[in-house]
Amino acid sequence: MADQHAVQTIVHPSAHARNPLQRFLMATELDTRLLGMVGALAIIWIGFHVFSGGLFLTPRNLWNLSVQTASVAVMVTGMVLVIVTRNIDLSVGSILGLVAMVMGVMQTDILPTQLGLGLGHPLIWVLSLAVGLIVGTGIGALQGSIIAYLRVPAFIVTLGGYLVWRGAAWWVTMGRTVAPMDPTFQLMGGGPTGSVGWLWSWIVGVLACCAIIAGLYMGRRQRRRFNFPLRPVWAEAALAVIGCGLTIAAVWVANAYPWPVRIAEKYAEATGMTIPPEGLFISHGIAVPVLIAMGVGIAMTFISTRTRFGRYVFAMGGNPEAAELAGINTRWVTVKIFMLMGALCAIAAAISSARLNAATNAMGTLDELYVIAAAVIGGTSLAGGVGTIAGALLGALVMQSLQSGMVLMGLDSPLQSIVVGIVLVFAVWLDTLYRRNKH
Amino acid sequence: MLDARTPLVEMTDISISFGGIRAVDHASIDLFPGEVVGLLGHNGAGKSTLIKILSGAYKRDAGSIRINGEDATINNPRDAKGYGIETIYQQLAVADNVDAAANLFLGREITTSIGTLDDAAMEAKAREVMGRLNPNFRRFKEPVKALSGGQRQSVAIARAILFNARILIMDEPTAALGPQETAQVGDLIKQLKADGIGIFLISHDIHDVFDLADRVVVMKNGQVVGSARTSDVTKDEVLGMIILGKVPAGAVPGPGALQS
Repeated sequence: MADQHAVQTIVHPSAHARNPLQRFLMATELDTRLLGMVGALAIIWIGFHVFSGGLFLTPRNLWNLSVQTASVAVMVTGMVLVIVTRNIDLSVGSILGLVAMVMGVMQTDILPTQLGLGLGHPLIWVLSLAVGLIVGTGIGALQGSIIAYLRVPAFIVTLGGYLVWRGAAWWVTMGRTVAPMDPTFQLMGGGPTGSVGWLWSWIVGVLACCAIIAGLYMGRRQRRRFNFPLRPVWAEAALAVIGCGLTIAAVWVANAYPWPVRIAEKYAEATGMTIPPEGLFISHGIAVPVLIAMGVGIAMTFISTRTRFGRYVFAMGGNPEAAELAGINTRWVTVKIFMLMGALCAIAAAISSARLNAATNAMGTLDELYVIAAAVIGGTSLAGGVGTIAGALLGALVMQSLQSGMVLMGLDSPLQSIVVGIVLVFAVWLDTLYRRNKH
Repeated sequence: MLDARTPLVEMTDISISFGGIRAVDHASIDLFPGEVVGLLGHNGAGKSTLIKILSGAYKRDAGSIRINGEDATINNPRDAKGYGIETIYQQLAVADNVDAAANLFLGREITTSIGTLDDAAMEAKAREVMGRLNPNFRRFKEPVKALSGGQRQSVAIARAILFNARILIMDEPTAALGPQETAQVGDLIKQLKADGIGIFLISHDIHDVFDLADRVVVMKNGQVVGSARTSDVTKDEVLGMIILGKVPAGAVPGPGALQS
């Protein structure tokens, strides 16, 4: 064939597309399923905005939505890998509860009193978080080992874990709620002080835009190096504009939500600022938990697409026997997946307990179901082998949008559960149709 | 005879049982460099099981394996690959949901200097190898699931030869292929043989292997009926070994031979 030894660049497949939309999709190589989810999210947002009388698409609600999504978003990135390998983890909510309790006791009792650091010591939050991560990873390692080496199905092991860790969470303090949290630790939960302010938000936004452009450029260079078909330049530019536009819009929204008047006044008093007559406007900016979730999302995307571990996870999901015969240590990979899941539960526990400013033994109840639902809505196939981190994060956002929207509309909570349940089944049915048509 | 040389593979008195059934019963088999040995027998004769012991998929109950005259420890597929043993399985052991390059390098990925996957390099190498093996192959970006049986087989074969195998095991390599692709595999086997690679061809169909093999070994009910050079026996005589266990004059009888 002519293109085999061609010196010039190979023609990109989009050159053969007929209608403009198809051509745009092929040229940008955007995932149509992901685009569909973005479309669904837009419909949900606009729908709620209309039906709640203009309450949904406000900086305040969107900012709260982002903070509320953070905890489930962190966990869903791990759940994708678990489900991709044809496993399931029903224990994430209980692990979150236990780890939150352990971290609470660490920072309110063990570190300040028993080890004598004193309340408010700057190391308390780090040490508490570190202990939480160790406990979470340890639980994951234990469950993963039972699944991988003793061959007990993940469903059963984590169902057991669901009960065990919830019970253990109660045991830590005999059911007593632990509060308040260390002031530095609280920053992980968001709120006016737990946000980075307008300047840092813009810095993060600009860095993200630079990363998007650099990523596109590097990708293009890499393709040219191996003489792969290049995207048309206009498509690359479109991707850059869309990516940077969304980033800037998100930062703008976060900065458009001011501190509550009282807190702003107190802050002005404390710093000796004069309050201007039109009122003090201090931007929240991006919340710390949202930054954590985004960092986790990026790290997990990297792990799942750019590392051997990630490649093995997907190969195992596609054909476990082939992965084993190819010489992959599938058992050890399984243990690592569950360890990662446990560590992510610990991060989510830090976000949840910091946000509530307390650790209760019921914390994280039903989270496993929301996390699994978010992963599945986000395109992770329970049959294994298929799923993306970005899709799952969008799935988490869809779930949370539904919930907050229904709260804004004043729906009763039983009705909320009914709607979420129906949406889950409906979304998976749509996905099945999509996949069937694709092949 | 070629006995002056050290055999590449010597499997001696291998036995394995599954729940009381002796799938392989004191079977011995050997392979020399540049030799093609056809392992024949009915479905359930134990040939695939015997060979899976060599490739590390099963662990033997008894017997010894020597590679290049030295005792070999093969407990899993990774160990086998360490000895240069590559296997192309009957049921096409490819991961359906990842692309051809990912399958070729599965378990042995090329990484960049910072330890991340170098997908571009792997795809380039995959294009090179597949170009030699199956020049019509174009669908590098698609999951293997979307490929035809022959294309999937090319991927499986490319994976085996990509890493300088010294011992190649092909379990029903042409079962899923059309006539043209079968001929391609035949050419490939001759090419690999010329490179000094030892090849086990496993089949229940004598026509698949008789013309390619230097020697055939026939198994029945988990035992070796006998072995023969293809130049010393006819196809009908080998069929007699497969069906009845009757060993002709030109063959060396094994423990499973019909006692007269």
